[in-house]
Amino acid sequence: MMRAVLAAVLATAVILPATVATAGPIEDRKAIMKGNGRDTKMGGDMLKGVTPFDAATANKILANYAAAAKAFPAHFPATSKTGGETEASSAIWSMPADWKIATEKFQKDTVAAAALKPTDAASFGKAFGMVTANCKSCHEGFRIKKS
Amino acid sequence: MKRLLAGLAGLTLLGALAGWFVTAPQPLDQAERAQRPGDPARGERLFYAGGCASCHAAKGAKGDARLALGGGAPLVTPFGSFQPPNISPGPDGIGNWSLAEFDNAMRRGISPDGRHYYPAFPYSSYARMTPGDIADLFAYLTRLPAVAGKPAAGDIPFPFNIRRGIGLWKRLYLDPAPILALPANAPADVKAGQYLVEGPGHCGECHSQRDGFGGPDRARWLAGAPDPEGKGRIPNITPGKLAWSAAEIADYLKTGFTPDYDSVGGSMVEVQANMAELPDEDRAAIAAYLKAVPTVKP
Repeated sequence: MMRAVLAAVLATAVILPATVATAGPIEDRKAIMKGNGRDTKMGGDMLKGVTPFDAATANKILANYAAAAKAFPAHFPATSKTGGETEASSAIWSMPADWKIATEKFQKDTVAAAALKPTDAASFGKAFGMVTANCKSCHEGFRIKKS
Repeated sequence: MKRLLAGLAGLTLLGALAGWFVTAPQPLDQAERAQRPGDPARGERLFYAGGCASCHAAKGAKGDARLALGGGAPLVTPFGSFQPPNISPGPDGIGNWSLAEFDNAMRRGISPDGRHYYPAFPYSSYARMTPGDIADLFAYLTRLPAVAGKPAAGDIPFPFNIRRGIGLWKRLYLDPAPILALPANAPADVKAGQYLVEGPGHCGECHSQRDGFGGPDRARWLAGAPDPEGKGRIPNITPGKLAWSAAEIADYLKTGFTPDYDSVGGSMVEVQANMAELPDEDRAAIAAYLKAVPTVKP
């Protein structure tokens, strides 16, 4: 019995910190944006000719964007305005209508871009541009750089 | 006692007179002013280098709406809320201005009726522009669409609402000399970049720390500062912090993406949109200058 309890305690002790470290809306939304950055670098490098164009990778990037845009707005509860070195602007919560317009545009544009199913660098460039125009427009009002 | 009082009164009067004298607007001499009519095609480049639309076009304006300079959103700072005026070429803007009046506004911060402008209008940077560039910019602005109406006045609390006091500020900070003393044999692109960054581009207005009176701290030129609008921080763009190559800096100004594909944000979005309109050589010059400025550690 004692051994079972000890094992259970140990198991929780091992599992819990890992769960705590990855859970939380600030960490989750940061992870989504990190993924977007990684995908954008991959896409940008292909378009610049740094890496050769690959249609499968290109379509995977666009699918990732659409999934990211869909998941993103759920990670901004009112309890996550500060902490965790968040760069989210208070405007997200003080101007909810504008925030909704921006996140819905991101979702719409990423779905439309993925639907283009590009087969070459030129068509991928078009889809990529549709998505990445959202970066600036949203970061202009809703992100505060801390450094 | 009477004599003492009279002496004191005399001194006060003298002080007031001296104060009135040192705070008086100092317009450009005839010989310093832009003389020839400008070239609007060349002026378009200065319009984007100077970022006029970022403050004087309506907030969030895109495309051709950015050429309607009826006065934009107020600039909210610790000194007060500054309202950019209508600078479109209609009667409510600069339609009735002479080139000399425009030049005095741009390089001396003086309105046609002889009042000091608040330095939220970055004339202490524009003061470094050449007379020819002032004339070209004026020629371009007078060809933009006229916009009717004057925006409501800003909200500036005491003591900053005493415009005459700006005369003192100008004595301290209005200096058309270059910020950095570049060697005479500095490369041409570094010199061209210095002109764009320190002059029309007025980069230091946000990227350099200000002292208590709102003047730039030249010892920490471009080393970053709190956001004048009170949110976040404007980054240090000296080589002490900005480790990008010159090509990467130029590419950021063109595309809005950092080398890691993070995107431009905040008020830099407007700035980058303007920088993207410049010819490649101008962005390359700005990058060359930023690689040449003294390193300031964060």
